Amino acid sequence: MARYALRFAALGYLAILLVLPVSLVFWRTFEHGLSAPWHAVTTHDARHAFWLTILIALVAVPANTIFGVALAIAIVRHRFPGKGLVNAIVDLPLALSPVVVGFALLLLYGRLGWFGPWLERHGIHVIFALPGMILATIFVSLPFVVREVVPVLREIGTEQEQAAATLGASGFATFRRVTLPAIRWAVAYGVVLTTARCLGEFGAVSVVSGHLAGKTETATLFVQDSFESFDVTGAYAASVVLALIAIATLVAMNAFRPKEETR
Amino acid sequence: MATRVVALPVPRAAPGGRALVHGLATLYLSLIVLLPLAALLSRSRVEGGHGFWEAVSGREAVSAVKLTLVASLIVALVNAVAGTALAWVLVRDRFVGQGLVNALIDLPFALPTIVAGLTLLALYGPRSSVDVNLAYTRAGVVLALLFVTLPFVVRTVQPTLIELDREMEDAAASLGAGSFATFRRIVLPNIVPAVLSGVALAFARAIGEFGSVVLISGNLPFKTEVASVFIYGQIQSSNPTGAAAISVLLLGISLAVLLAIGGIRRYASRHDL
Amino acid sequence: MSIVARGITKRFGSFVALDDVSVEVPTGSLTALLGPSGSGKSTLLRVIAGLERPDGGEVLIADEDMTGRAPQRRGVGFVFQHYAAFKHMTVYDNIAFGLRIRKRPRSEIRERVGELLRLVQLEGLADRYPAQLSGGQRQRMGLARALAVDPKVLLLDEPFGALDARVRKELRAWLRRLHDETHTTTLIVTHDQEEAMEVSDRIALMNSGRIEQVGGPRELYERPANEFVMSFVGPVNRVGDAYVRPHDVELTLAPNGSTREAMIERLVHFGFEVRVELVRDDGERLSAQVTREQAETLELEQGQIVYIRPTRETTFAP
Repeated sequence: MARYALRFAALGYLAILLVLPVSLVFWRTFEHGLSAPWHAVTTHDARHAFWLTILIALVAVPANTIFGVALAIAIVRHRFPGKGLVNAIVDLPLALSPVVVGFALLLLYGRLGWFGPWLERHGIHVIFALPGMILATIFVSLPFVVREVVPVLREIGTEQEQAAATLGASGFATFRRVTLPAIRWAVAYGVVLTTARCLGEFGAVSVVSGHLAGKTETATLFVQDSFESFDVTGAYAASVVLALIAIATLVAMNAFRPKEETR
Repeated sequence: MATRVVALPVPRAAPGGRALVHGLATLYLSLIVLLPLAALLSRSRVEGGHGFWEAVSGREAVSAVKLTLVASLIVALVNAVAGTALAWVLVRDRFVGQGLVNALIDLPFALPTIVAGLTLLALYGPRSSVDVNLAYTRAGVVLALLFVTLPFVVRTVQPTLIELDREMEDAAASLGAGSFATFRRIVLPNIVPAVLSGVALAFARAIGEFGSVVLISGNLPFKTEVASVFIYGQIQSSNPTGAAAISVLLLGISLAVLLAIGGIRRYASRHDL
Repeated sequence: MSIVARGITKRFGSFVALDDVSVEVPTGSLTALLGPSGSGKSTLLRVIAGLERPDGGEVLIADEDMTGRAPQRRGVGFVFQHYAAFKHMTVYDNIAFGLRIRKRPRSEIRERVGELLRLVQLEGLADRYPAQLSGGQRQRMGLARALAVDPKVLLLDEPFGALDARVRKELRAWLRRLHDETHTTTLIVTHDQEEAMEVSDRIALMNSGRIEQVGGPRELYERPANEFVMSFVGPVNRVGDAYVRPHDVELTLAPNGSTREAMIERLVHFGFEVRVELVRDDGERLSAQVTREQAETLELEQGQIVYIRPTRETTFAP
């Protein structure tokens, strides 16, 4: 029957492309027991890499959440010139190559960039240092909270907020007591997506970080650098950790997924 | 007794408050996104149109861009079919583990691209368990791009399929249409805008992809070097002109694709699709 | 081209939608499947159309056993409550659909579609899209589409349910006229007893997956088989074990031996008729129906005491 053929073909595609490769890495990592991968992932460089990744996310995610909500409200509820442009700019990071993002930051804060000389004079390091990596990560993970909150804000409309106003609530009180609770699941889903993007960022930070092991190497850079220096165990082990985080992300996504996307 | 009409107040932050929110949000957006882009555009014009053209028509650049565009196009088309098939199976079919499969679709999004590349290299590289070695090949590039673009068409088609009025298909059946005719004449025309949106998103993602391609392709110039890797190379060899030119080219293509998606969405909503 | 359904059973999980249902629709008739929501009438219609597969029983159309057959090959025309219009196609393409599937030549299609557009009074709208039509127009298109392929039988699933009251009444009358012209065997599902009474030759009244009674509108009204039928096809007063129609409640201003005393709680004026809501001396509530003239002659008023007597009573064996 056609139905079984289609199911088989579609699931087969998924297996060959996704499931088998990822499963194989898990298998190869733990093939000879837990101790080798464990050691690989707890070296000083590895631990620093994961710590750096988390640190960057701890800055980027709240920043993009707060400003994401502000942008969403501005886009949906307020009227101002150039709104269409703002919308397009918010979507841009999704369509841009991460290498281009990193390069643009280089042109801005690098030694020969726009702010380069000024930064050097004041001893501030952005490129090849943490600030640059944070800026890159914020750039690429910017859209998610905004895009999740905008449709929800549109859908719930202004009626509840108007009701609050007639009952005497100020703008901020209305936001805190009416708007925020209404959008909290959209924000939660957006935060999950943002976090996943931050933790997985590679191309942009690769350009701005300089790959200095133990200093400016994130978890993803650690995977690449380990692999290229033939530390396959290290690369695989770090990959498994990142994959486990990815699976946790999938679980969170499933839990917070907006209703229109489910059956 | 006449009734008075009361205009409902729209809650406003104090005028100062609203300006503050606007100002901060705009500042944030400018600082994070606009400024870097301005620097990029500016750099690409530093050596004028001549310099730009020279950079863009260099042999290695042309090869990289050509490979990127062709591979992304292939990937977009494969996704059109595979993505639609997966969406169909997730919406219209019923089987054990369907929820799990649905969650798995998002894996390429949740997984770091470098890890994705590593997993593909493990199974389809030199130490493959199935004796398939796509390392250093263009097929390897296509494979990596297929991995990262998997969710796009599926996620745009799924909601459209869910919303599709099933009674149209019943009507078609009662009028004599077999299942293939019904799919071709009824379902397909109604999901085409969603498929196109997904394809455009997949294409835009594919042309800029870096992390997953880096390992399996080997980045051989003129053979398996994609545009983003070329740009990276230009940066490393301190050739910002070349990097800027190709970057702006990719940026231009991305913008064009974003505009196309917007156009598709407007067309679809106008025709109530 | 009769329809025969025999012993149809259909379950959805543990819910029994149809319980051993048998019904016959004579050739050329317009029969209504009437019943409240959940009675199984739509399910039965869809089983006959082949859009739903029964767990038991058989379906014959024009004396041919269709029980295992796909809807494509049953030769039925189906009209949906929410139109099921092909929204990406014009009115012309919608109506032409069945003919195109059968690969009829273009000239034949053009002629037939033109004929049908005239029949359903949608000429001039051939190039419009369903979204540009009103609900009534969309449904007429649905009918034209179903008739285009010369179906053996026409099945209508609450065809006017999504339309507002005035359009519904117009289309009802129009459907009856259409049927009188074409004489296609028609089965219409409705929950509106007024609609069933007005439009059909025969009514099959359903409740909870079973057929309660089959007969002409008059028969169902005057000789109901049980309480359910009686209460469904018209308003009814239940007084103890007996059932009395409001128009069978006689009102007089003076008592006689067989009347009981009652007070008028409320008068509702419906134009030609007046509903008199009464409370009997023992507290039992009833309603009577009188004409405007009768109400005026008797000078009926709220709060008035009158004397009532049922001129006709029906009881059902337990």
